[in-house]
Amino acid sequence: METIIENEFVRELANKHGRSRESLIPILQDLVVQNRFLSKQDMVDVARELDISAADVYGTATFYSFLDTEVRGKYIIRICKTISCAMKGKNEILSTIEDIIKIKLGETSSDRKFSLLEANCIGWCHKAPAILINDTPYTELTPEKVTEILRDYIRK
Amino acid sequence: MEHKHVKRVDLIFEKVECREILEKIVKMEPDAICQEVLESDLKGRGGAGFPTGMKWRFAANETGSIKYIVCNADEGEPGTFKDREILDQVPGKVFCGMAIASRAVGAKKGYVYLRGEYKFLIPRLNEELIKFHQMMDEFNHNFRIQIRLGSGAYICGEESALFESIEGRRGEPRNKPPYPTSIGLFGKPTAINNVETLVHAVVIIKYGASHFKELGTKDSRGSKVFSVSGDTPKSGIFELELGMSVNEFVEEFGDGDTKAVQVGGASGFCVPRKRFEETIIGFEGVPTGGSMKLFNSTRSMYNVLHNYLDFFTEESCGQCTPCRVGCQQLLKGVEAVKRGDKNSKYLDELVKLAKTMKRASKCGLGQSVGNAFGSIVENFKEEIIY
Repeated sequence: METIIENEFVRELANKHGRSRESLIPILQDLVVQNRFLSKQDMVDVARELDISAADVYGTATFYSFLDTEVRGKYIIRICKTISCAMKGKNEILSTIEDIIKIKLGETSSDRKFSLLEANCIGWCHKAPAILINDTPYTELTPEKVTEILRDYIRK
Repeated sequence: MEHKHVKRVDLIFEKVECREILEKIVKMEPDAICQEVLESDLKGRGGAGFPTGMKWRFAANETGSIKYIVCNADEGEPGTFKDREILDQVPGKVFCGMAIASRAVGAKKGYVYLRGEYKFLIPRLNEELIKFHQMMDEFNHNFRIQIRLGSGAYICGEESALFESIEGRRGEPRNKPPYPTSIGLFGKPTAINNVETLVHAVVIIKYGASHFKELGTKDSRGSKVFSVSGDTPKSGIFELELGMSVNEFVEEFGDGDTKAVQVGGASGFCVPRKRFEETIIGFEGVPTGGSMKLFNSTRSMYNVLHNYLDFFTEESCGQCTPCRVGCQQLLKGVEAVKRGDKNSKYLDELVKLAKTMKRASKCGLGQSVGNAFGSIVENFKEEIIY
């Protein structure tokens, strides 16, 4: 049953964005919004809708770090590791996050609520350290501040 | 030295009635727009510094009815965050700049390629875009803008990689030539400009090229929005007149203990204290897309270099060998020197490799890894070795 539902969603997205090659990335982006990652089946279905090879879809998706092909949680936490954030206490923020949501960097919690990943510069260097939770940036973090933010997400 | 102090400017974030600008440009001949921008000496604010008026004229001179305007909002250079602020504060001005470009070039369609990390800006941009399109209809100017999102790939800020991405493929840079003004997005003539450049075009049309030229120096006209971060009590976004020295910059933004400034982000140059006085921030000295990162004496420049190399190793698209393998080898190389597995002479070998990458890499990424590498190794060798 699940496969059919996924197919319908992919078809819906193809209707919305179109079936030409330039529609591929917007379709994949919407799939990630919905499911947090791209399953093999989804990629095969997208390929069929757009009449391109599944390898092309996979090859395109894996180029982009936000088009994940591995299972991810409902909330993807990306911690910026580039120089300004590294200078302003990124490691301390990272270990605080690991303690609170009880997963290590690169992991997804077993209830699929959280994933914890690193990101390259996310454009908040003047307010470092910074993280993204899905699309929302959180800046000028301290261990206390990030603890409070995550507690809110845990309750969600 | 033309300027003794850092001079703040308020042109980019100044609220402007776009309607007035549009009234003006629909009455102007397309070539007159190119000419005005050309006379202003405006150079691209994304970092590369190509003359904007020339770019527009090249695209305008191309035959064919389909042409594109692309706004490069894939701001990914470490230490750069000014385009985010511009898009947040004055999105209408960015669209207005694209409308000016469309009139100059003869394009009917524009794209804003926004980095995925800035997706939270989309509702604000869409709201402004509706107003903009209504204005286009009022003025009977046939131009529509579509926003496309990136998905976390630094290389897509490279113009031809950005086109590939809009076209739905891996963001791998193309060979140049042909340049985008002749064969760009979807193979059509394309003028692609940085967010800030487009807003400068609005300022130029509003106040005139001569007014724009009153600021800055012969090689670097006008003002520039700087992203200031690192060891500074005043981090943030500042529009400043071009032409100041690093010393003047550090006097304004330093914490009293600045030992180096990285100008232009990870792909830019590291300027050590002994060169602050003689180094001009601009096209005659060290160019920058706006990234200014200050380091004080508590920082290890090895850690800085390692962070940059780690960044490039991950963000190299992997298409060409000099960049893909070069980045990895530079990273492994400095680690080996630090561990003591290789002696200090090995750093000279690595500098040579970085120079080879500059010559042999396909795009700006691989070509500019050597900027930070060479300048940090040259000036802070002891910190890399010990």
